[in-house]
Amino acid sequence: MIAAACAFAMIATCLSIILNIYRLIVGPDATDRILALDTMVINAIGFIILAGIFYSTAIYFEAALLFAMVGFVSTVAFCKFLLRGNVIE
Amino acid sequence: MSVLLEAIVAILIVIGGTFLFIGSFGLAKLPDMMRRLHGPTKATTLGIGSLLLASIVYFALLHGVAGIHEILITLFLFLTAPVSAFMISKAYIFRHKDVQHTLPQPGNGSPWVTLDPTGDKARALKSEQQQG
Repeated sequence: MIAAACAFAMIATCLSIILNIYRLIVGPDATDRILALDTMVINAIGFIILAGIFYSTAIYFEAALLFAMVGFVSTVAFCKFLLRGNVIE
Repeated sequence: MSVLLEAIVAILIVIGGTFLFIGSFGLAKLPDMMRRLHGPTKATTLGIGSLLLASIVYFALLHGVAGIHEILITLFLFLTAPVSAFMISKAYIFRHKDVQHTLPQPGNGSPWVTLDPTGDKARALKSEQQQG
């Protein structure tokens, strides 16, 4: 039952990442692209956690934690660059 | 593992996948940047929270202990999602003149700090001169 649910959620996550790539390519403004990248990182974290449940191993959580931190820092750095023209002043 | 607990984990996983998809669909479908911000910040956060809850329950049943990693990821994502949405909307307001005209005034006679980054420093200097 859990394997079938994992398969469903993995397919949903893959479709979400495809929709994010669509917004990343089409997106009329730079902020749309930043938002698409941020959402893509969250979807990747979801996929990593699903893989951890599917193979019932806990070694994927470090990767998910690193993704969460790096995704947040890169989003804030992109926005700071758009706002001020520089990341660290 | 009993069937009931397995069903709970499966239902949480399905809810999580569905809401992740709804959030990304909203990002692709909605017409305006400020409206597009709603999908990833609300629906996707709910989806990832549900997936992490499923993971906590699953590994608690499997090993007998609840892991600290899932709680850390949940805490971090729930704390950072509003901050990144705030930064993105700030950058959007800064880059669009037509949106700036629709904003209400802050009420203290000065413009928005987003649109006037040096204003804070100038105002602090002015009040210092008045006092001194």
